[in-house]
Amino acid sequence: MQILKDTAKIIRKDIINMIFKAQSGHPGGSLSSVEIMTLLYFEVMNIDPKNPNMDNRDKFILSKGHCAPLLYAVLARAGFFDITELDTLRKLGSRLQGHPDMHTLPGIEISTGSLGQGISASVGIALAQKLDKKDSYTYVLCGDGELDEGIAWEAFMAAAHYKINNLIVFVDNNGFQIDGQTCNVMELGDLHKKFEAFGFNAIYVDDGHDFDKLRNAVVSAKKSADKPSCIICKTIKGKGVSFMENNASWHGKAPSEEQTKQAILELEA
Amino acid sequence: MAEMRKLYGQALVELGSINKNIVVLDADLSASTKTSMFKEAFPDRHFNAGIAESNLMGMAAGLAVSGKTVFASTFAVFGTLRPYEIIRNLICHNNLNVKIVCTHAGVTVGEDGSTHQSIEDIAIMRALPNMKVFVPADAAQAYEIIKAQANVPAPAYIRLTRSGCADVYKEGYKYNNIGAETLNEGKDISIFACGLMVDKALKAAQILAGKNISAEVININRIKPIDENAIIKSVNKTNLALTVEEHSIIGGLASAVAEAVVKHSPVRMGFIGIEDTFGTSGKSDELLKYFHLTETDIAHRAISMLKGN
Repeated sequence: MQILKDTAKIIRKDIINMIFKAQSGHPGGSLSSVEIMTLLYFEVMNIDPKNPNMDNRDKFILSKGHCAPLLYAVLARAGFFDITELDTLRKLGSRLQGHPDMHTLPGIEISTGSLGQGISASVGIALAQKLDKKDSYTYVLCGDGELDEGIAWEAFMAAAHYKINNLIVFVDNNGFQIDGQTCNVMELGDLHKKFEAFGFNAIYVDDGHDFDKLRNAVVSAKKSADKPSCIICKTIKGKGVSFMENNASWHGKAPSEEQTKQAILELEA
Repeated sequence: MAEMRKLYGQALVELGSINKNIVVLDADLSASTKTSMFKEAFPDRHFNAGIAESNLMGMAAGLAVSGKTVFASTFAVFGTLRPYEIIRNLICHNNLNVKIVCTHAGVTVGEDGSTHQSIEDIAIMRALPNMKVFVPADAAQAYEIIKAQANVPAPAYIRLTRSGCADVYKEGYKYNNIGAETLNEGKDISIFACGLMVDKALKAAQILAGKNISAEVININRIKPIDENAIIKSVNKTNLALTVEEHSIIGGLASAVAEAVVKHSPVRMGFIGIEDTFGTSGKSDELLKYFHLTETDIAHRAISMLKGN
Protein backbone atom coordinates (compact mmCIF):
# COMPACT_ATOMS: atom_id res chain seq x y z
CA MET A 1 0.00 0.00 0.00
CA GLN A 2 2.76 2.41 0.97
CA ILE A 3 4.58 1.39 -2.21
CA LEU A 4 1.60 2.42 -4.32
CA LYS A 5 1.41 5.76 -2.50
CA ASP A 6 5.13 6.36 -2.95
CA THR A 7 4.90 5.45 -6.63
CA ALA A 8 1.98 7.84 -7.10
CA LYS A 9 4.04 10.61 -5.51
CA ILE A 10 6.99 9.96 -7.85
CA ILE A 11 4.66 9.93 -10.87
CA ARG A 12 3.09 13.24 -9.86
CA LYS A 13 6.54 14.83 -9.67
CA ASP A 14 7.43 13.31 -13.06
CA ILE A 15 4.30 14.87 -14.57
CA ILE A 16 5.14 18.35 -13.25
CA ASN A 17 8.79 18.13 -14.30
CA MET A 18 7.97 16.83 -17.78
CA ILE A 19 5.39 19.52 -18.49
CA PHE A 20 7.69 22.21 -17.12
CA LYS A 21 10.54 21.07 -19.37
CA ALA A 22 8.26 20.82 -22.40
CA GLN A 23 6.59 24.14 -21.49
CA SER A 24 3.36 22.62 -22.79
CA GLY A 25 1.07 19.74 -21.88
CA HIS A 26 -1.90 18.87 -19.68
CA PRO A 27 -1.23 18.74 -15.92
CA GLY A 28 -4.80 18.91 -14.52
CA GLY A 29 -6.25 15.69 -15.89
CA SER A 30 -2.91 13.88 -15.61
CA LEU A 31 -2.79 14.55 -11.87
CA SER A 32 -6.41 13.51 -11.29
CA SER A 33 -5.89 10.01 -12.73
CA VAL A 34 -2.60 9.13 -11.01
CA GLU A 35 -4.03 6.65 -8.49
CA ILE A 36 -6.20 4.92 -11.10
CA MET A 37 -3.26 4.28 -13.40
CA THR A 38 -0.80 3.49 -10.63
CA LEU A 39 -3.12 0.78 -9.31
CA LEU A 40 -3.61 -0.68 -12.78
CA TYR A 41 0.07 -0.79 -13.78
CA PHE A 42 1.62 -1.65 -10.42
CA GLU A 43 -0.93 -4.12 -9.10
CA VAL A 44 -3.88 -5.08 -11.27
CA MET A 45 -2.83 -5.64 -14.85
CA ASN A 46 -1.15 -8.74 -16.26
CA ILE A 47 1.65 -7.06 -18.22
CA ASP A 48 5.37 -7.52 -18.80
CA PRO A 49 7.30 -4.29 -19.45
CA LYS A 50 10.14 -6.33 -20.96
CA ASN A 51 7.70 -8.02 -23.32
CA PRO A 52 5.14 -5.32 -24.08
CA ASN A 53 3.43 -7.44 -26.76
CA MET A 54 2.99 -10.48 -24.49
CA ASP A 55 0.23 -12.61 -25.94
CA ASN A 56 -2.28 -12.85 -23.11
CA ARG A 57 -1.66 -9.41 -21.63
CA ASP A 58 -4.26 -7.07 -20.26
CA LYS A 59 -4.60 -3.96 -22.38
CA PHE A 60 -4.87 -0.35 -21.32
CA ILE A 61 -6.10 2.46 -23.55
CA LEU A 62 -5.78 6.09 -22.54
CA SER A 63 -8.81 7.49 -24.29
CA LYS A 64 -8.15 10.92 -22.78
CA GLY A 65 -4.91 10.96 -24.74
CA HIS A 66 -3.97 14.49 -23.68
CA CYS A 67 -3.01 12.99 -20.31
CA ALA A 68 -0.03 11.40 -22.05
CA PRO A 69 2.45 12.78 -19.45
CA LEU A 70 0.79 10.53 -16.86
CA LEU A 71 0.88 7.51 -19.18
CA TYR A 72 4.54 8.12 -20.05
CA ALA A 73 5.55 8.52 -16.41
CA VAL A 74 3.70 5.31 -15.48
CA LEU A 75 5.21 3.35 -18.38
CA ALA A 76 8.72 4.59 -17.60
CA ARG A 77 8.43 3.88 -13.89
CA ALA A 78 7.01 0.42 -14.70
CA GLY A 79 10.07 -0.25 -16.87
CA PHE A 80 8.78 0.02 -20.44
CA PHE A 81 11.55 2.51 -21.28
CA ASP A 82 14.21 4.55 -19.54
CA ILE A 83 13.02 7.35 -17.26
CA THR A 84 15.56 9.78 -18.74
CA GLU A 85 13.46 9.80 -21.91
CA LEU A 86 10.67 11.57 -20.00
CA ASP A 87 12.64 14.81 -20.51
CA THR A 88 11.96 14.63 -24.26
CA LEU A 89 8.19 15.08 -23.94
CA ARG A 90 6.71 16.97 -26.93
CA LYS A 91 10.14 17.71 -28.42
CA LEU A 92 10.90 17.28 -32.12
CA GLY A 93 11.96 13.70 -32.80
CA SER A 94 10.78 12.40 -29.41
CA ARG A 95 8.95 9.10 -28.99
CA LEU A 96 6.89 10.94 -26.37
CA GLN A 97 4.50 12.68 -28.72
CA GLY A 98 1.97 15.23 -27.45
CA HIS A 99 -0.60 12.46 -27.62
CA PRO A 100 0.33 8.75 -27.36
CA ASP A 101 1.58 7.14 -30.59
CA MET A 102 1.53 3.33 -30.79
CA HIS A 103 4.17 3.28 -33.50
CA THR A 104 6.82 5.17 -31.56
CA LEU A 105 6.65 3.93 -27.99
CA PRO A 106 6.34 0.43 -26.44
CA GLY A 107 3.31 -0.10 -24.23
CA ILE A 108 0.90 2.04 -26.25
CA GLU A 109 -1.90 -0.26 -27.46
CA ILE A 110 -3.38 2.28 -29.87
CA SER A 111 -2.75 5.95 -30.59
CA THR A 112 -5.32 8.23 -29.05
CA GLY A 113 -5.90 11.93 -28.65
CA SER A 114 -9.13 12.65 -30.43
CA LEU A 115 -11.62 12.30 -27.61
CA GLY A 116 -14.13 9.47 -27.51
CA GLN A 117 -12.29 7.37 -30.04
CA GLY A 118 -10.22 5.37 -27.55
CA ILE A 119 -13.45 4.15 -25.98
CA SER A 120 -14.72 2.98 -29.35
CA ALA A 121 -11.44 1.25 -30.20
CA SER A 122 -11.46 -0.41 -26.76
CA VAL A 123 -14.75 -2.08 -27.60
CA GLY A 124 -13.08 -3.60 -30.67
CA ILE A 125 -10.04 -4.63 -28.62
CA ALA A 126 -12.19 -6.28 -25.95
CA LEU A 127 -14.24 -8.00 -28.66
CA ALA A 128 -11.04 -9.39 -30.19
CA GLN A 129 -10.01 -10.77 -26.78
CA LYS A 130 -13.36 -12.57 -26.60
CA LEU A 131 -13.06 -13.85 -30.17
CA ASP A 132 -9.60 -15.20 -29.43
CA LYS A 133 -10.87 -16.72 -26.16
CA LYS A 134 -8.25 -14.85 -24.15
CA ASP A 135 -8.52 -14.67 -20.40
CA SER A 136 -7.59 -10.99 -20.29
CA TYR A 137 -9.10 -7.58 -19.73
CA THR A 138 -9.28 -4.29 -21.60
CA TYR A 139 -9.08 -1.20 -19.40
CA VAL A 140 -9.92 2.21 -20.82
CA LEU A 141 -9.57 5.53 -19.04
CA CYS A 142 -11.71 8.43 -20.19
CA GLY A 143 -12.42 11.88 -18.88
CA ASP A 144 -15.86 13.12 -17.88
CA GLY A 145 -15.72 16.00 -20.35
CA GLU A 146 -14.87 13.41 -22.98
CA LEU A 147 -18.31 11.90 -22.46
CA ASP A 148 -19.75 14.87 -24.38
CA GLU A 149 -18.66 12.96 -27.49
CA GLY A 150 -21.45 10.98 -29.15
CA ILE A 151 -19.13 8.16 -30.17
CA ALA A 152 -18.59 7.35 -26.49
CA TRP A 153 -22.24 6.44 -26.08
CA GLU A 154 -22.37 4.57 -29.37
CA ALA A 155 -19.46 2.52 -28.06
CA PHE A 156 -21.02 1.97 -24.63
CA MET A 157 -24.20 0.69 -26.28
CA ALA A 158 -22.19 -1.74 -28.39
CA ALA A 159 -20.16 -2.92 -25.37
CA ALA A 160 -23.36 -3.83 -23.51
CA HIS A 161 -24.94 -5.36 -26.62
CA TYR A 162 -21.98 -7.66 -27.17
CA LYS A 163 -21.76 -8.47 -23.45
CA ILE A 164 -18.03 -7.80 -23.25
CA ASN A 165 -17.61 -8.19 -19.49
CA ASN A 166 -13.84 -8.06 -20.04
CA LEU A 167 -14.12 -4.30 -20.70
CA ILE A 168 -13.62 -2.06 -17.69
CA VAL A 169 -14.12 1.67 -18.27
CA PHE A 170 -12.71 4.18 -15.79
CA VAL A 171 -14.25 7.64 -15.82
CA ASP A 172 -12.01 10.28 -14.28
CA ASN A 173 -14.88 12.35 -12.90
CA ASN A 174 -12.94 15.48 -11.95
CA GLY A 175 -15.79 17.77 -12.95
CA PHE A 176 -13.78 20.07 -15.21
CA GLN A 177 -13.10 20.52 -18.90
CA ILE A 178 -11.25 23.21 -20.82
CA ASP A 179 -13.99 25.84 -20.76
CA GLY A 180 -14.88 25.30 -17.11
CA GLN A 181 -16.93 22.99 -14.92
CA THR A 182 -18.61 20.14 -16.77
CA CYS A 183 -21.95 21.13 -15.24
CA ASN A 184 -21.65 24.56 -16.87
CA VAL A 185 -20.18 23.52 -20.21
CA MET A 186 -22.38 20.46 -20.79
CA GLU A 187 -24.36 18.88 -18.00
CA LEU A 188 -23.61 15.16 -17.81
CA GLY A 189 -26.49 14.34 -15.51
CA ASP A 190 -26.40 11.30 -13.28
CA LEU A 191 -23.51 9.31 -14.77
CA HIS A 192 -24.14 6.29 -12.57
CA LYS A 193 -27.75 6.00 -13.71
CA LYS A 194 -26.75 6.73 -17.29
CA PHE A 195 -24.25 3.87 -17.37
CA GLU A 196 -26.74 1.53 -15.74
CA ALA A 197 -29.32 2.51 -18.34
CA PHE A 198 -26.75 1.78 -21.03
CA GLY A 199 -26.42 -1.78 -19.75
CA PHE A 200 -23.27 -1.42 -17.67
CA ASN A 201 -22.25 -2.81 -14.33
CA ALA A 202 -21.80 0.71 -12.94
CA ILE A 203 -19.69 1.30 -9.87
CA TYR A 204 -19.20 4.64 -8.11
CA VAL A 205 -16.00 5.41 -6.22
CA ASP A 206 -16.42 8.52 -4.07
CA ASP A 207 -12.66 9.05 -3.78
CA GLY A 208 -10.68 8.18 -6.89
CA HIS A 209 -7.44 8.84 -5.02
CA ASP A 210 -8.04 6.06 -2.48
CA PHE A 211 -6.29 2.86 -3.53
CA ASP A 212 -8.45 0.61 -1.34
CA LYS A 213 -11.65 1.96 -2.81
CA LEU A 214 -10.32 1.71 -6.36
CA ARG A 215 -9.12 -1.85 -5.75
CA ASN A 216 -12.52 -2.91 -4.38
CA ALA A 217 -14.17 -1.45 -7.46
CA VAL A 218 -11.89 -3.44 -9.78
CA VAL A 219 -12.59 -6.64 -7.85
CA SER A 220 -16.29 -5.97 -8.16
CA ALA A 221 -15.97 -5.14 -11.89
CA LYS A 222 -14.21 -8.43 -12.57
CA LYS A 223 -17.16 -10.31 -11.08
CA SER A 224 -19.54 -8.99 -13.74
CA ALA A 225 -21.00 -12.00 -15.50
CA ASP A 226 -22.22 -10.57 -18.77
CA LYS A 227 -22.01 -6.79 -18.60
CA PRO A 228 -19.13 -4.44 -19.26
CA SER A 229 -18.19 -2.45 -16.17
CA CYS A 230 -17.76 1.24 -15.59
CA ILE A 231 -15.97 2.64 -12.56
CA ILE A 232 -16.89 6.27 -12.09
CA CYS A 233 -14.18 7.83 -9.94
CA LYS A 234 -14.79 11.14 -8.20
CA THR A 235 -11.44 12.86 -8.44
CA ILE A 236 -9.85 16.27 -8.00
CA LYS A 237 -8.47 17.90 -11.11
CA GLY A 238 -4.85 18.92 -10.48
CA LYS A 239 -4.73 16.70 -7.36
CA GLY A 240 -1.67 17.25 -5.17
CA VAL A 241 -0.72 20.75 -6.31
CA SER A 242 -2.72 23.33 -4.37
CA PHE A 243 -2.87 26.02 -7.01
CA MET A 244 -3.83 23.56 -9.74
CA GLU A 245 -6.59 21.81 -7.83
CA ASN A 246 -10.13 22.35 -9.14
CA ASN A 247 -8.92 25.05 -11.50
CA ALA A 248 -9.88 24.65 -15.14
CA SER A 249 -7.11 26.99 -16.28
CA TRP A 250 -4.59 24.22 -15.46
CA HIS A 251 -6.17 21.84 -17.95
CA GLY A 252 -3.53 22.44 -20.56
CA LYS A 253 -0.94 24.88 -19.26
CA ALA A 254 2.71 24.49 -18.25
CA PRO A 255 3.92 25.82 -14.89
CA SER A 256 6.68 28.45 -14.66
CA GLU A 257 9.97 27.68 -12.91
CA GLU A 258 8.70 29.23 -9.69
CA GLN A 259 5.40 27.32 -9.87
CA THR A 260 7.26 24.10 -10.60
CA LYS A 261 9.44 24.55 -7.51
CA GLN A 262 6.39 25.15 -5.36
CA ALA A 263 4.53 22.17 -6.86
CA ILE A 264 7.45 19.83 -6.21
CA LEU A 265 7.77 21.14 -2.63
CA GLU A 266 4.09 20.44 -2.02
CA LEU A 267 4.32 16.98 -3.55
CA GLU A 268 7.33 16.11 -1.41
CA ALA A 269 5.70 17.30 1.79
CA MET B 1 -24.66 -7.05 -65.72
CA ALA B 2 -23.50 -8.36 -62.36
CA GLU B 3 -23.88 -6.44 -59.10
CA MET B 4 -20.66 -5.39 -57.42
CA ARG B 5 -22.08 -5.82 -53.95
CA LYS B 6 -23.18 -9.43 -54.58
CA LEU B 7 -19.65 -10.27 -55.66
CA TYR B 8 -18.44 -8.47 -52.52
CA GLY B 9 -20.58 -10.75 -50.36
CA GLN B 10 -19.32 -13.78 -52.27
CA ALA B 11 -15.69 -12.67 -51.90
CA LEU B 12 -16.19 -12.20 -48.14
CA VAL B 13 -17.58 -15.70 -47.72
CA GLU B 14 -14.67 -17.18 -49.67
CA LEU B 15 -12.13 -15.15 -47.71
CA GLY B 16 -13.80 -16.01 -44.41
CA SER B 17 -13.57 -19.73 -45.04
CA ILE B 18 -9.82 -19.66 -45.66
CA ASN B 19 -8.89 -16.95 -43.15
CA LYS B 20 -10.33 -17.22 -39.64
CA ASN B 21 -8.89 -13.79 -38.83
CA ILE B 22 -11.35 -11.99 -41.07
CA VAL B 23 -14.13 -10.13 -39.30
CA VAL B 24 -16.86 -8.08 -40.93
CA LEU B 25 -18.65 -5.06 -39.51
CA ASP B 26 -21.73 -3.31 -40.77
CA ALA B 27 -23.97 -0.46 -39.64
CA ASP B 28 -27.51 -1.79 -40.03
CA LEU B 29 -27.28 -2.11 -43.80
CA SER B 30 -25.97 -5.66 -44.11
CA ALA B 31 -28.84 -6.74 -46.35
CA SER B 32 -27.97 -3.94 -48.77
CA THR B 33 -24.18 -4.08 -48.59
CA LYS B 34 -24.37 -7.91 -48.79
CA THR B 35 -22.19 -8.43 -45.74
CA SER B 36 -25.27 -10.43 -44.67
CA MET B 37 -23.87 -13.26 -46.81
CA PHE B 38 -20.83 -13.37 -44.51
CA LYS B 39 -23.06 -13.14 -41.46
CA GLU B 40 -24.99 -16.22 -42.56
CA ALA B 41 -21.78 -18.18 -43.08
CA PHE B 42 -19.85 -16.92 -40.04
CA PRO B 43 -22.27 -15.39 -37.50
CA ASP B 44 -19.59 -15.21 -34.78
CA ARG B 45 -17.36 -12.99 -36.92
CA HIS B 46 -19.94 -10.47 -38.09
CA PHE B 47 -20.65 -7.48 -35.88
CA ASN B 48 -23.41 -5.00 -36.41
CA ALA B 49 -22.61 -1.57 -34.99
CA GLY B 50 -26.20 -0.46 -35.39
CA ILE B 51 -26.83 2.90 -37.02
CA ALA B 52 -23.58 4.26 -35.61
CA GLU B 53 -20.91 4.74 -38.24
CA SER B 54 -18.43 6.45 -35.93
CA ASN B 55 -18.37 3.48 -33.61
CA LEU B 56 -18.33 1.18 -36.63
CA MET B 57 -14.93 2.60 -37.55
CA GLY B 58 -13.69 2.76 -33.95
CA MET B 59 -14.54 -0.90 -33.33
CA ALA B 60 -12.95 -1.78 -36.67
CA ALA B 61 -9.75 -0.08 -35.51
CA GLY B 62 -9.77 -1.94 -32.19
CA LEU B 63 -10.25 -5.31 -33.89
CA ALA B 64 -7.57 -4.54 -36.47
CA VAL B 65 -5.00 -3.45 -33.88
CA SER B 66 -5.67 -6.81 -32.20
CA GLY B 67 -4.59 -8.64 -35.35
CA LYS B 68 -7.86 -9.03 -37.24
CA THR B 69 -8.38 -8.31 -40.93
CA VAL B 70 -11.43 -6.10 -40.80
CA PHE B 71 -13.97 -5.28 -43.49
CA ALA B 72 -16.30 -2.42 -42.53
CA SER B 73 -19.25 -1.61 -44.73
CA THR B 74 -22.17 0.72 -45.12
CA PHE B 75 -23.34 3.18 -47.77
CA ALA B 76 -20.56 5.43 -49.10
CA VAL B 77 -22.10 8.66 -47.85
CA PHE B 78 -22.33 7.35 -44.27
CA GLY B 79 -19.14 5.31 -44.28
CA THR B 80 -16.82 8.12 -45.34
CA LEU B 81 -18.27 11.53 -44.52
CA ARG B 82 -19.80 10.88 -41.10
CA PRO B 83 -16.89 8.96 -39.49
CA TYR B 84 -14.16 10.77 -41.42
CA GLU B 85 -12.14 12.00 -38.49
CA ILE B 86 -12.28 8.57 -36.83
CA ILE B 87 -11.02 6.98 -40.04
CA ARG B 88 -8.22 9.54 -40.03
CA ASN B 89 -7.11 9.36 -36.43
CA LEU B 90 -7.69 5.70 -35.59
CA ILE B 91 -7.41 3.81 -38.86
CA CYS B 92 -5.06 5.82 -41.07
CA HIS B 93 -2.87 7.40 -38.42
CA ASN B 94 -2.30 3.95 -36.90
CA ASN B 95 -2.06 2.34 -40.36
CA LEU B 96 -4.51 -0.40 -39.40
CA ASN B 97 -5.77 -3.32 -41.46
CA VAL B 98 -9.28 -2.04 -42.13
CA LYS B 99 -10.92 -2.29 -45.54
CA ILE B 100 -13.70 0.23 -45.81
CA VAL B 101 -15.90 -1.20 -48.54
CA CYS B 102 -18.77 1.15 -49.23
CA THR B 103 -21.69 0.43 -51.54
CA HIS B 104 -24.31 2.83 -52.96
CA ALA B 105 -21.72 5.39 -54.05
CA GLY B 106 -22.46 8.14 -56.53
CA VAL B 107 -25.72 9.50 -57.93
CA THR B 108 -26.84 6.11 -59.26
CA VAL B 109 -28.13 5.32 -55.77
CA GLY B 110 -31.18 6.78 -57.49
CA GLU B 111 -34.52 7.48 -55.89
CA ASP B 112 -33.20 8.07 -52.36
CA GLY B 113 -31.84 11.37 -53.61
CA SER B 114 -29.14 13.81 -52.62
CA THR B 115 -28.70 12.95 -48.92
CA HIS B 116 -27.78 9.39 -49.91
CA GLN B 117 -25.68 10.17 -52.97
CA SER B 118 -22.01 10.28 -52.15
CA ILE B 119 -20.14 12.53 -54.55
CA GLU B 120 -17.22 13.61 -52.34
CA ASP B 121 -15.95 10.29 -50.96
CA ILE B 122 -13.07 9.77 -53.40
CA ALA B 123 -11.82 13.29 -52.72
CA ILE B 124 -11.79 13.01 -48.96
CA MET B 125 -10.52 9.45 -48.71
CA ARG B 126 -7.72 10.27 -51.13
CA ALA B 127 -6.50 13.05 -48.84
CA LEU B 128 -5.73 10.67 -45.96
CA PRO B 129 -2.14 9.49 -45.47
CA ASN B 130 -1.81 5.65 -45.58
CA MET B 131 -5.19 5.26 -47.32
CA LYS B 132 -5.43 3.53 -50.69
CA VAL B 133 -8.47 4.25 -52.84
CA PHE B 134 -9.99 1.81 -55.33
CA VAL B 135 -12.93 2.38 -57.68
CA PRO B 136 -13.61 -0.87 -59.56
CA ALA B 137 -15.15 -0.66 -63.03
CA ASP B 138 -17.38 -3.71 -62.74
CA ALA B 139 -18.31 -6.61 -60.50
CA ALA B 140 -15.48 -8.87 -61.68
CA GLN B 141 -12.92 -6.19 -60.94
CA ALA B 142 -14.50 -5.42 -57.55
CA TYR B 143 -14.24 -9.10 -56.63
CA GLU B 144 -10.59 -9.26 -57.66
CA ILE B 145 -9.59 -6.05 -55.85
CA ILE B 146 -11.37 -7.08 -52.65
CA LYS B 147 -9.68 -10.47 -52.61
CA ALA B 148 -6.27 -8.96 -53.29
CA GLN B 149 -6.63 -6.26 -50.64
CA ALA B 150 -7.53 -8.85 -48.00
CA ASN B 151 -3.86 -9.85 -48.09
CA VAL B 152 -2.49 -6.32 -47.67
CA PRO B 153 -2.29 -5.37 -43.97
CA ALA B 154 -3.13 -1.67 -44.38
CA PRO B 155 -6.13 0.62 -44.80
CA ALA B 156 -8.04 0.73 -48.07
CA TYR B 157 -11.23 2.33 -49.32
CA ILE B 158 -13.11 0.41 -52.00
CA ARG B 159 -16.01 2.21 -53.66
CA LEU B 160 -18.91 0.14 -55.02
CA THR B 161 -22.21 1.03 -56.64
CA ARG B 162 -25.74 0.05 -55.77
CA SER B 163 -27.01 -0.72 -59.23
CA GLY B 164 -25.86 -3.46 -61.53
CA CYS B 165 -23.23 -2.20 -63.92
CA ALA B 166 -22.23 -3.36 -67.38
CA ASP B 167 -19.49 -5.94 -67.50
CA VAL B 168 -16.23 -4.38 -68.63
CA TYR B 169 -14.13 -7.48 -68.07
CA LYS B 170 -14.59 -11.02 -69.34
CA GLU B 171 -15.04 -14.03 -67.10
CA GLY B 172 -11.76 -15.22 -65.66
CA TYR B 173 -10.38 -11.65 -65.39
CA LYS B 174 -7.33 -11.34 -63.12
CA TYR B 175 -6.45 -8.02 -61.51
CA ASN B 176 -2.64 -8.32 -61.31
CA ASN B 177 -2.41 -5.10 -59.29
CA ILE B 178 -2.41 -2.77 -62.29
CA GLY B 179 -4.00 0.47 -61.11
CA ALA B 180 -4.39 1.98 -64.60
CA GLU B 181 -5.49 -0.40 -67.34
CA THR B 182 -5.52 0.69 -70.98
CA LEU B 183 -8.69 -0.86 -72.36
CA ASN B 184 -8.70 0.86 -75.73
CA GLU B 185 -5.62 2.23 -77.44
CA GLY B 186 -5.88 5.57 -79.22
CA LYS B 187 -3.85 8.57 -80.31
CA ASP B 188 -6.16 11.61 -80.42
CA ILE B 189 -7.39 11.94 -76.81
CA SER B 190 -6.83 10.13 -73.50
CA ILE B 191 -10.02 9.36 -71.60
CA PHE B 192 -9.40 8.45 -67.96
CA ALA B 193 -12.43 6.93 -66.27
CA CYS B 194 -13.30 5.08 -63.07
CA GLY B 195 -16.18 3.03 -61.74
CA LEU B 196 -19.23 2.54 -63.91
CA MET B 197 -18.07 5.41 -66.16
CA VAL B 198 -15.42 3.11 -67.63
CA ASP B 199 -18.11 1.31 -69.61
CA LYS B 200 -19.51 4.66 -70.79
CA ALA B 201 -16.04 5.79 -71.84
CA LEU B 202 -15.51 2.62 -73.87
CA LYS B 203 -18.87 3.17 -75.60
CA ALA B 204 -17.90 6.79 -76.24
CA ALA B 205 -14.69 5.56 -77.87
CA GLN B 206 -16.81 3.49 -80.25
CA ILE B 207 -18.90 6.55 -81.17
CA LEU B 208 -15.72 8.54 -81.70
CA ALA B 209 -14.20 5.76 -83.81
CA GLY B 210 -17.19 6.15 -86.15
CA LYS B 211 -16.08 9.75 -86.62
CA ASN B 212 -12.46 8.77 -87.24
CA ILE B 213 -11.36 9.89 -83.80
CA SER B 214 -9.05 7.55 -82.00
CA ALA B 215 -9.67 7.70 -78.24
CA GLU B 216 -7.52 5.96 -75.68
CA VAL B 217 -9.54 4.70 -72.69
CA ILE B 218 -7.79 4.02 -69.43
CA ASN B 219 -9.51 2.55 -66.40
CA ILE B 220 -8.07 4.23 -63.30
CA ASN B 221 -9.30 1.60 -60.86
CA ARG B 222 -6.82 2.71 -58.22
CA ILE B 223 -7.10 6.44 -57.58
CA LYS B 224 -4.44 6.34 -54.89
CA PRO B 225 -1.63 5.66 -55.27
CA ILE B 226 -2.27 6.65 -58.85
CA ASP B 227 -0.21 5.19 -61.69
CA GLU B 228 1.48 8.39 -62.90
CA ASN B 229 3.56 6.59 -65.50
CA ALA B 230 0.54 5.18 -67.30
CA ILE B 231 -1.10 8.62 -67.35
CA ILE B 232 2.00 10.41 -68.62
CA LYS B 233 2.67 7.76 -71.26
CA SER B 234 -0.84 8.23 -72.62
CA VAL B 235 -0.96 12.05 -72.62
CA ASN B 236 2.49 12.23 -74.19
CA LYS B 237 0.95 10.36 -77.09
CA THR B 238 -2.43 12.15 -77.35
CA ASN B 239 -1.66 15.62 -75.94
CA LEU B 240 -5.26 15.88 -74.68
CA ALA B 241 -6.90 14.46 -71.56
CA LEU B 242 -10.47 13.99 -70.38
CA THR B 243 -11.46 12.53 -66.98
CA VAL B 244 -14.85 10.92 -66.41
CA GLU B 245 -16.26 10.01 -63.00
CA GLU B 246 -19.54 9.60 -61.14
CA HIS B 247 -18.28 11.96 -58.45
CA SER B 248 -17.66 15.65 -57.97
CA ILE B 249 -15.08 17.07 -60.35
CA ILE B 250 -13.52 18.62 -57.25
CA GLY B 251 -10.91 16.45 -55.58
CA GLY B 252 -11.59 13.04 -57.11
CA LEU B 253 -10.35 11.39 -60.29
CA ALA B 254 -10.16 14.76 -62.09
CA SER B 255 -7.81 16.19 -59.50
CA ALA B 256 -5.74 13.03 -59.14
CA VAL B 257 -5.11 12.82 -62.89
CA ALA B 258 -4.57 16.56 -63.18
CA GLU B 259 -1.95 16.48 -60.41
CA ALA B 260 0.01 13.84 -62.31
CA VAL B 261 -0.36 15.59 -65.67
CA VAL B 262 0.53 19.07 -64.39
CA LYS B 263 3.51 17.75 -62.49
CA HIS B 264 5.09 15.80 -65.33
CA SER B 265 3.63 16.67 -68.71
CA PRO B 266 1.05 19.48 -68.84
CA VAL B 267 -1.58 19.10 -71.55
CA ARG B 268 -5.06 20.59 -71.94
CA MET B 269 -7.64 18.76 -69.83
CA GLY B 270 -11.40 18.41 -69.56
CA PHE B 271 -13.39 17.07 -66.63
CA ILE B 272 -16.70 15.22 -66.70
CA GLY B 273 -18.41 14.60 -63.35
CA ILE B 274 -20.79 16.24 -60.92
CA GLU B 275 -20.32 20.00 -61.27
CA ASP B 276 -20.16 21.25 -57.66
CA THR B 277 -23.78 20.49 -56.94
CA PHE B 278 -25.85 17.95 -55.02
CA GLY B 279 -27.68 15.00 -56.53
CA THR B 280 -31.41 14.53 -56.82
CA SER B 281 -34.04 11.77 -56.90
CA GLY B 282 -34.66 9.73 -60.02
CA LYS B 283 -33.86 6.43 -61.65
CA SER B 284 -30.17 5.77 -62.04
CA ASP B 285 -30.26 5.90 -65.85
CA GLU B 286 -32.25 9.14 -65.76
CA LEU B 287 -29.74 10.63 -63.34
CA LEU B 288 -26.77 9.74 -65.54
CA LYS B 289 -28.48 11.64 -68.37
CA TYR B 290 -29.46 14.52 -66.09
CA PHE B 291 -25.86 14.96 -64.95
CA HIS B 292 -24.46 14.50 -68.47
CA LEU B 293 -22.70 11.28 -67.63
CA THR B 294 -23.55 9.25 -70.74
CA GLU B 295 -21.41 7.94 -73.59
CA THR B 296 -22.92 10.62 -75.84
CA ASP B 297 -21.91 13.34 -73.40
CA ILE B 298 -18.37 11.99 -73.27
CA ALA B 299 -18.12 11.76 -77.06
CA HIS B 300 -19.47 15.30 -77.51
CA ARG B 301 -17.01 16.68 -75.02
CA ALA B 302 -14.11 14.88 -76.69
CA ILE B 303 -15.08 16.27 -80.09
CA SER B 304 -15.45 19.75 -78.64
CA MET B 305 -12.03 19.53 -77.02
CA LEU B 306 -10.45 18.31 -80.24
CA LYS B 307 -11.90 21.39 -81.94
CA GLY B 308 -9.98 23.46 -79.45
CA ASN B 309 -12.88 24.35 -77.16
